[in-house]
Amino acid sequence: MADCVRRDGVDRLTVVSELPLLVEVVLKAVVVLAAFLTLPLLVGQTEHKVMAHMQGRLGPMEAGGFHGWAQLVADGIKFAQKEDVAPAAADRWVYRLAPAVALLPYLVALAVVPLSASWVAAEVPASLLLVLAVTSVGVLGTLMAGWGSGSKYALLGGMRSAAQLVSYELPLVLAAVSVALAAGSLSLVGIVEQWQWWWLLWQAPGAVVFLAATVAELQRPPFDAPVADAEIVFGPLTEYSGLRFALFLLAEYAGIVVMSLLFAVLFLGGWSGPSADTLGPLWTLLKAFAVAVVIIWFRVAWPRVREDQLQRFAWLVLLPLALLQVALTGVVVVL
Amino acid sequence: MTAFEGLRALGKGLATTARTLGTRAHTRQYPHDEPELPDRSRGVIALLEENCTSCMLCARECPDWCIYIDSHKETIEPGPEGGRARQHNVLDRFDIDFSLCMYCGICIEVCPFDALFWAPDFAYAEGDIRNLLHDKGTLQTWMERVPDSSLPEDVREQRALARGESPRHAAAERAERTEAGADEERGGTGDQGIEGEDRR
Repeated sequence: MADCVRRDGVDRLTVVSELPLLVEVVLKAVVVLAAFLTLPLLVGQTEHKVMAHMQGRLGPMEAGGFHGWAQLVADGIKFAQKEDVAPAAADRWVYRLAPAVALLPYLVALAVVPLSASWVAAEVPASLLLVLAVTSVGVLGTLMAGWGSGSKYALLGGMRSAAQLVSYELPLVLAAVSVALAAGSLSLVGIVEQWQWWWLLWQAPGAVVFLAATVAELQRPPFDAPVADAEIVFGPLTEYSGLRFALFLLAEYAGIVVMSLLFAVLFLGGWSGPSADTLGPLWTLLKAFAVAVVIIWFRVAWPRVREDQLQRFAWLVLLPLALLQVALTGVVVVL
Repeated sequence: MTAFEGLRALGKGLATTARTLGTRAHTRQYPHDEPELPDRSRGVIALLEENCTSCMLCARECPDWCIYIDSHKETIEPGPEGGRARQHNVLDRFDIDFSLCMYCGICIEVCPFDALFWAPDFAYAEGDIRNLLHDKGTLQTWMERVPDSSLPEDVREQRALARGESPRHAAAERAERTEAGADEERGGTGDQGIEGEDRR
């Protein structure tokens, strides 16, 4: 592992790589877990506040004293106190396992996404491939919840999310392929090392496709037809309450964190920026945070897209656009 | 809708929300920040007990029967020699059940003796619904914030006395106001407003 971390020509955190392997692994795991538990809360609180102010409200103001900073902690405590209920008609095992299946892939993904060349918890050669593969597993959790709840609304929501995820996975992967093609690498670290500022223009269509597909993959507005509360209660999450419901919510926000980080790394140059050697991780986090705010912004500004519009958009707009981007990238790379 | 129009609409959505994000919210943080209510806010119904004759009009007119009145008669001995003993009502109980009250104000409208008033107090929520049945003692305490302008003249003057102002001062002020109104009329503005009518 230590060998794998040490790469030529890149300044490494020597302290970490000199530690014994086991300590290093445990330490990194703890750090990733801590980030996994705090960053989604940060995004959630930002959503509370930004959405509130965009709607002329204040948002949470009481919990914790200063501008309701502890609102989500309070929510978590409330959820933890609730009874763990499973419907009589539920497929018990599937129902119980679903939140974990939805949540854990994002933990794995977070370990692989680099904050800078040296700030990677687990560096693997084809990390882009791994992140995309793992985040698609998280989607299974939603499907399991839809099937396992033994409720027609949950099942309808599950069907909708299945249809949506099949449609949007393709443009998402194609947009990522374009960047990988441009950098000539499947490693996220490798992609950022190749990145130059004019890629912002070159890969712009791909970035738009990736962002739209990301929002759809996360089932966030305007692509939240699977959990459309006015039509099918809360889709796959209808029957959930208490801690399991909280885990699904956490998965949603962890998803935003992972996909924002991925977007920042793929399209915004990750840690490239002024004094990238020292401030690199900060740049990545800031860029990812900006992306997360944009995802929140979409939720406030735009109405829900109908199921058929959603499919049309994926197949008739995003997919051709993504293919065009791949062709454009290919042409430029060959030239 | 063309694609261009659609994009424009999406941009508008983003712009509007961004603009709102930039402006201050108008929210007032209530328990920390008391609202400034107009004097005549209709928060609760107050009772001026000495004016109540137990005539029961309010209790009968109340659409949901939330006023409870009990009274008994007492005899007043004749004052001068050879007079006749008279009877008058003494109020024993005047309760309003605010868990039933729908704040229509009909009781206040029908009271012929100016015993009921709208008061601006509003923060009298209770943990138990049964505690919303308020007796005449509590109803009397709400008289405190009933604005002078809602009160009948004699009560207003008593109140001015209690505050240490001379009631004559209040009367003089009133006269002054009337005069000013008359002046205006003499000024020949041709103002035939309702207020002017009233003063004549």
